[in-house]
Order: sequence, then structure tokens, then C-alpha cells
Amino acid sequence: MDNKKKPELLVTAKNLDELLQLVHSGADAINIGGEKYGLRVAGDFSLEMIQKGVEIAHENQVKIYVSINAILHNDDLEGLEEYVRQLAAAQVDAIVFGDPAVLVTAKAVAPQLPLHWNTETTSTNFETIEYWARKGASRAILARELSLEEVIDIKQRVDVEVQAQVHGMTCIFHSKRELVSSYLLHIDEEKKEQDTSKEKNLFLREHKRPDEKYPVFEDRHGTHVMSVHDICMIDHLGAFIEAGIDSLKIEGMLHDTEYVVQVTKLYRKAIDAILNEEASDGLFAQVEKIQPKNRSLDTGFYYKELFY
Amino acid sequence: MSIITTRPHVAIKKPELLAPAGNLEKLEFAIRYGADAVYIGGQQFGLRAKAGNFSFEDMKKGVDFAHKHQAKVFVAANIFAHNEDLKGLEAYLKALEKAEVDAMIVADPAIVYRAKQVVPEMEIHLSTQASTTNWQTVKFWKDEGISRVVLAREVSLKEIQEIKHHVEIELEAFIHGAMCISYSGRCVLSNHMAHRDANRGGCAQSCRWRYDLFEDGINEDEANGAIPLFQENDDAFTMGSKDLCMIDSVPDMIEAGIDSLKIEGRMKSVHYVATVVNAYRHAIDSYIADPKSYSFDNAWMDEIKKASHRPLTKAFYYHKPNNEDQIYTEGPKVRSFDFVGLVLEYDQETKIATIQQRNNFMVGQEVEFFGPDTAFVQSIEHIEDEDGKALDAARHPLQIIKIPVDAPVYPNDMMRKEN
Repeated sequence: MDNKKKPELLVTAKNLDELLQLVHSGADAINIGGEKYGLRVAGDFSLEMIQKGVEIAHENQVKIYVSINAILHNDDLEGLEEYVRQLAAAQVDAIVFGDPAVLVTAKAVAPQLPLHWNTETTSTNFETIEYWARKGASRAILARELSLEEVIDIKQRVDVEVQAQVHGMTCIFHSKRELVSSYLLHIDEEKKEQDTSKEKNLFLREHKRPDEKYPVFEDRHGTHVMSVHDICMIDHLGAFIEAGIDSLKIEGMLHDTEYVVQVTKLYRKAIDAILNEEASDGLFAQVEKIQPKNRSLDTGFYYKELFY
Repeated sequence: MSIITTRPHVAIKKPELLAPAGNLEKLEFAIRYGADAVYIGGQQFGLRAKAGNFSFEDMKKGVDFAHKHQAKVFVAANIFAHNEDLKGLEAYLKALEKAEVDAMIVADPAIVYRAKQVVPEMEIHLSTQASTTNWQTVKFWKDEGISRVVLAREVSLKEIQEIKHHVEIELEAFIHGAMCISYSGRCVLSNHMAHRDANRGGCAQSCRWRYDLFEDGINEDEANGAIPLFQENDDAFTMGSKDLCMIDSVPDMIEAGIDSLKIEGRMKSVHYVATVVNAYRHAIDSYIADPKSYSFDNAWMDEIKKASHRPLTKAFYYHKPNNEDQIYTEGPKVRSFDFVGLVLEYDQETKIATIQQRNNFMVGQEVEFFGPDTAFVQSIEHIEDEDGKALDAARHPLQIIKIPVDAPVYPNDMMRKEN
């Protein structure tokens, strides 16, 4: 058989304990970040935690990527240089950026630090990826609204690493406004101080779609609405590996540690089985078994057609 | 009111007033009513799949009309492309250049890059879809050869002033109209809820739909354990913003250093475009003519409200929006006006105006005439058709009729009626 390239299994971690468990559950790389500069990070990592995380990961030949993918305003630029410098000194393996200000800053203060480009919804074609590659990005993280066919087509056309999400929820809406707090204030003055963070597990239900629950939360970056389903591509990984997709991501946001660890182990098995050309039946059923009852699984946009 | 603390040292620069034009007629009216530039969509690469988009033939006519009136035409090509969309791009870029458009409005770096290769003389404006919110990113785009950045709607006037201070580049910002509630480009609600790609022109405006808010254990076993956070009679959760309106803050916009003041609304009517452009034209000219003794004229706001029926906000310009800036209910019914006739001619001797009917009106009704130099109320005492036959009403679309008027009117003035 052809020589299949081993993809990286990348998982988010919400704290050091989870990170440690993931390192021992088959993750090849861990995506973490601090809330100030990272968008929708699974948990808020301080610089100290990042340093510790790098130590744990590197001892186990696992990589650490730190998200600095917020949409930055002028005031956020202050301190950015120092933060990037500190991350470089901590020997993180890459930073994940969306805003060009981060790219410019990293090029200036830490030119050796690999840069992963991630604007989520807008990384949709190979020429844009080539553009950011020329600017210095070594990896592009693809929009989740792409079909599998488009993902493969992009990989064939670009020279940089390509990362695609294979499991978990996605963000489908980001506003700078505090829409939940504003609404609560509108319906009841007393609800002004209500907790709207992601720990609160709020969701929206559109009137004509009574079966769909859209998780919603607020943080310092505004309001985020998340997908109804968790993507689960565990039965379809062959296509990604065949195409040479470099990194397969599990998004653990809003799931507990036990779940993320179990899912990581199952994906580890699935990937290894494909590489070793072994059968790996029943993995999807095992994910289903641990899946929270109110989060159903689907295949995202990988097999869907969009209109415009 | 003003939050701009340090006034500019340099002389105040007159900004460009930039208006939307959904078709050739709207383009002509926007310019006649005072727009310095218009933005339009072509038939590819634009974000308003359903807006009246320009064929190359109309584009050329529009550019000719604009240039004859010292106005500019910008073409929006601001989708985030997928691989397949890039196929016809080079031919499209060359056609735009041939149509002599003054600039392209682009969001996707792939299109920026190709334009630089294929039509190197073409000016490129970075679309608000790119959600540009800080000066370092503006500088990045300047260094990439972008001549103008349309800022994200999330920046404040103070931030705009800082950006202007740090980077010498043209800045464009919205001054009026409807807004994305999300960071532009960072919303795929339509993709998920309607299978329509928001970033390629298919936005279904799902943010304005009605939702309920619950508390839930996402990770709990009990799937039905949803606690409503609303009472039975409460308004639904929606994410729609009130419309931006800065008509009474024009000096602050200009003093922040914005080079181009943009009105939203390629889908809006010719009456809307003419009315809103007219009001801002007067406000800008009045301020520029004499900044020191400028005072806001409430008539401008009254004008705006005749075209726009939605509640208004200043969005992010002075402070972060809150519940006051959102739309939760259908507000109280406000006065609204129909565009009922377009002035074609006026005979000074007989004081008879020749009008093209745009909506029904009848003898005995009161109408308003307005135009760049026209504003008065007229009661309709007599209507006759082209053959001189008296009519009780003008009922037929585009019918040519004649009515006596009390004051002079000019071709392309509009006649409107409260409904």
C-alpha cells in the first residue's frame, strides 16, 4: 500500500490536569490559550500555566500551540509584544493567529516562532492560504464550512501544513456586543448581574427549530453562539489521512475532561488503525456511548452542499 | 456630546460622502442628491446575491455618469471565496478595469493578491468584512498596497482617531444604515440554519430571527432539563441592532479623521438613498462651510426619518452598545412616506410640473416635494394626463401627468406622500 503520512492529532485542553491526561491519551499536540488574546479557548491559561504545559508536553514529545486569535483593538496591542516574547521564551511550538497585527508582532520579536493562520470562518480557499504562507504562516487552519472535497483540493494545492477539525463543536457567530446580558436586562432589570459565561450552559432555541439547541455564552470578546451538533468524523478519517491533511483537531470546548480524554483515545485508535491498515470497527458507537444526550453528532459541512 | 478631546491641528478635511447604489437609477439619484462616490455590486464576487447587481454594460454607464459629475464608483467584490469561485476572477478583474471603475472593495486576500497581479493600477479598498479593528492591522494592509481600509463597525471614534494618528491611509467608516450584529465575516448562522453561505452572498439574516433563551446542562444526562430564562409574555431573544444614524454627530465623524463616510443599503429604494444622501450632504456641507458656528438642524433628522422607519443607534462610536441599541419588539409605528412621483419638467410660465407617477396619489392629498435644492409641502388641486384630460388620481405606474405647483421644482426632484 501507499506510504501514508501520519497526521498529528491535536486536542484542546482547558487546564493543566486535562493537558496532562491528554498527553498520555494519544494527543500529538495540544492547543491552549489565555482568554485575553485567545478566542473561545477551552480554558484560561496564564503564562505560568502555559510554561508548565510546555514542560509536560515536551517531556512527552507533544507540541503546544498557543492561540492569539482574538480580533484585536488598539488597546490590546499594548502588551502583545511582551506576551509573544514570553511565549517564545517558554518554547511553545507555534502561535495561532487571525489578526495580521499578531503576525507583524511575532515576525518582529520572535521570527523563529512558527505561525498557524486561523480566522475560522474566512479561511476558505487555497490562494488565501498561499497568501498567508508568503507572509510567514507555516500552517493554515481551515474553515469548518468547507466540504471534504474542498479540504482535499486545498491540501493538494498548497505547500504549507493544513489543519482540519474532525471532532467537536464550532463557533457559528461572534459579536462584540453582550447580547445575552442585554437581553436579560431588557426583559428584567433585576437580571442585570446574571452569569452568562460558558460555565452557565445557556442555549438558544430558534422558534421554528424546536429540536435544535445552540449553546451561547459571553466573555471579554463578546457573545459566541456555537453549533447544535458536535462534528464526529471518526469513521471518515481515512479520507483526511489519504489526502495528507497534516493535523486533525478535536475541539473539547464545553465538554468535561473525561469526555475529551476518552474521545482522544478513540481517535488515537482510529488513526493508528488506518496507518497500520487494521480494522477499527465500532469506534463511532463508542463515541456515541459517551456523548452527552443533548449534543448529537453529525459530519459538519464535510458532506453538505451550501447555496448562495 | 463630543468625546474627541484633542482637536485636529490640521485644517478639517472635507470627507467623501459614499452612497449605496443597487442599480443604475439609484446610482444616478445618489449622485444627483450629493454623493461624492457610490459603491455597487457586479454580477460576481459580491455579497448581495439578491441586490440589483450591475452588468458590465450598466457598470460602464454608471461610471460614465459618475465621472461626468466628478463622482467615483467603487465595486464590491467582497466575498470570502472558495476554490471554485476563483476561476473567473482574472477576467472579471480585467473587465472592471476596462469599465474604468475607481476602486474595488475586497475582503479576501486571495482577491487582493490577484488584483495586484492582474490589474496593478486598480485601487483596492479593504472591505469591512475583513473586520479591521486596530492600527497595526491597518498599517499591515497599507504596506500590502491597500489604499483605503473600511473599518470594522466595532471601532469607536476614539479608536479611529488613534488609527488615523498612527497610519497615513484613507479610512472609511459607516455613518448610516443597517448593520451586521456580528463581527463581519465571523458569522455562519445562515450556513448552519439555512444552508446558505453568509460569506458568499447567501446571508439569510438569521440573526434577526426569534429565539428563546434557556439554561441547560450541556453535559448533563437530562436532555430535557432546560430552564427558560424568560417569562411567557417576554419579548423573544433576537440579535438585530437598531440602524446606525450619525446625522447629529457629523462633526465628530469628520474630526476623528474619517476620509469617507459610508451609507449602507444597496437593497434600499431610490427614495431612501436620495433622502438619506441629501440629509448628510446638507449636514456635511454646513459643517465644512463654517465649523465654528455649525449647529445641528433638526430638519435633517426629520428627513432621515421620512425614509427610514427603524429605530436608530450610534452603535460603537461613543460606547459599547447595550440593550438600548438592540431591537426586541416592533417599535411604535412611525410616520412613513411613499415616493409617489418624479419631477421630469417644470414650466416657469404656467407653474405646471410634469411628473412621472411612482405610486398612487389623488386630488385633495398633501404631498412633499424635495430635492437637492427643493423642500416644500404642496396640496394636489388638479391632475391631468399628457393629453390634458383631468384625472381624480394618478393610478398607473410610470404614467406621465401634470400638476400645478406653488413653488419652482427641478427635474429629478421627488414627490412623496405620508401613508
